[in-house]
Amino acid sequence: MPSALINVPPKAKRGDVIEIKTLMSHIMETGYRHTASGEVVPRDIITSFACRYNGTEIFRADLYPAIAANPFISFFTTATESGKFEFEWIGDKGFSETASASITVE
Amino acid sequence: MRLLGCIALASALAGAALAAEIPQDQRRSGYSFMSADTKAMQDDDTVNPGMLWVLDGEALWKRKAGTSDKSCADCHYDARVSMKGVAAHYPAYEKAFGRPLDLEGRINLCRANHQQATPLPYESRDLLALTAYVAQQSRGMPIEAGDDPDLKPFVEQGRELFMQRQGQLNLGCANCHDDNWDKKLAGSAITQGHPTGYPLYRLEWQSLGSLQRRLRACITGIRAQAYDWGSPELVALELYLMSRARGMPMEAPAVRP
Amino acid sequence: MADTDHTRRTFLGLAGGAAVLGTVPVVIVRPVEATPAMLQTAIRNVVGEANVRTGKVKLDIPPLVENGNTVPMTVSVASPMTADDHVKSIHVFNEKNPQPNIGNFHLGPHAGRAQISTRIRLADSQKVVVIARLSDDTFWSATVDIVVTLAACTEEVI
Ligand code: HEC
Ligand code: HEC
Repeated sequence: MPSALINVPPKAKRGDVIEIKTLMSHIMETGYRHTASGEVVPRDIITSFACRYNGTEIFRADLYPAIAANPFISFFTTATESGKFEFEWIGDKGFSETASASITVE
Repeated sequence: MRLLGCIALASALAGAALAAEIPQDQRRSGYSFMSADTKAMQDDDTVNPGMLWVLDGEALWKRKAGTSDKSCADCHYDARVSMKGVAAHYPAYEKAFGRPLDLEGRINLCRANHQQATPLPYESRDLLALTAYVAQQSRGMPIEAGDDPDLKPFVEQGRELFMQRQGQLNLGCANCHDDNWDKKLAGSAITQGHPTGYPLYRLEWQSLGSLQRRLRACITGIRAQAYDWGSPELVALELYLMSRARGMPMEAPAVRP
Repeated sequence: MADTDHTRRTFLGLAGGAAVLGTVPVVIVRPVEATPAMLQTAIRNVVGEANVRTGKVKLDIPPLVENGNTVPMTVSVASPMTADDHVKSIHVFNEKNPQPNIGNFHLGPHAGRAQISTRIRLADSQKVVVIARLSDDTFWSATVDIVVTLAACTEEVI
């Protein structure tokens, strides 16, 4: 199983704007390369990433071959309540991975 | 086109008189030559892609393997304790073989002898992950490889290989990394070629890679035949580089352009 | 001209799958590249007939890139990020990669701050264009010219 590195502050005050950083292991093969024998190396990329905060989608990204290998994505959200962030990466060749992180909001 | 440009540059380098080895107080990690953005990627574990391999390595450390059905943790327990400073001593002399082994070789020896499992191929994800996890436990610690008297002839062999000119470009490692480390080659800093960060994440590779991979790239770059993975020559070069960097802090998993 | 072409090939030859070693198949590249027309079309697909104004958007990207395979970038948009006035999405495009799109990022008022970071591939020195769609459906953009210096020649043979 490919590993993901998620960074969410474990604690925040209600109303704080927090940064969420994510890294996912993936080669992001562009689909624009050929082997010596002329065959196309098939595209194999992550096409979508989403983050849900206690069930509600708060961020989504569509990715293209120009995103570097081992995609890094960071974004912000407002800490409103304690709970769970769920992350989902979907891509070519049936790629589908999830990860989660919890936060305590005071 | 690029190749031609490089040959022209390379012969300019080769023409320069051989300088002495770099004095202790002038040694600089490849880190210090990097742009602020690349430094930032290495400095923060939450954005350093090399940490993906460290995470994998931590999982593998606890996974049972081979007919012994033992994990690394079954014998070595907590890596943060048992592996602290270990990577800073590698390559180390292995009595059973009468020659040095690098960290990858040592890990594979444990797989073979202690786990009764097949060795992991060089540059495989699992071997890189285990090596990264073990090496990370030496972060910030000074390199201490090459002191063992049994290693002396191998350090010397590595030094000779480092000095020796070879390949179509007729260059030695020293021509670039001792004599021209303040210059640039086709836009990239040459640097002093210190092995402080391995295994490390190269932006170019878009992956983690071993010191052997880096050395093979430099050898191919001077249009010479690269030594085989795990060959005594590569291990001797690794050993010489580590002894040349003695006292410098370990950075694994580092980031390089 | 020939030089530019070669630069692009070298980059693309290395992009993506360089992790496979030992038995690396020699990989050569299909000579394609997005055209300014393709970039315009990609932008039209997002903005429709709307007018795109410059301003409000800031693109932080090293002007001189150490390695085109992994270029860190941050986009931020000046916005109060309230229910009535916020950034709905951020779209990143390039001029010369084989495809003009880099990524679309969808956010909302709860983000608190209209800022995203990622790492991208740039096949060559070129323009990167960022467009933000605000809650009132106006579009704002920033464009940055980036110079990609390549790694040493020692790398192309790997
Ligand atoms: C059955 C017990 C056992 C298992 C399992 C085992 N090792 Fe070891 N390991 C040893 C022993 C014993 C040594 C000391 C040298 C020797 O006798 O081979 C050692 C030495 C080492 C060293 C060198 C330490 C030094 O100070 O130089 C490293 C690194 C190492 N092991 C890593 C690993 C890793 C990684 C794994 C899992 C892939 C592993 N070992 C699995 C028993 C084990
Ligand atoms: C033509 C000049 C040239 C020659 C000759 C050369 N290298 Fe390099 N080397 C480079 C460049 C350029 C880099 C990439 C920039 C950097 O990291 O130093 C590099 C990188 C390295 C690094 C990585 C340093 C780091 O910070 O991670 C090591 C180690 C190294 N070389 C060792 C060697 C060895 C050993 C040899 C001889 C077998 C050798 N080089 C021959 C130019 C050269």
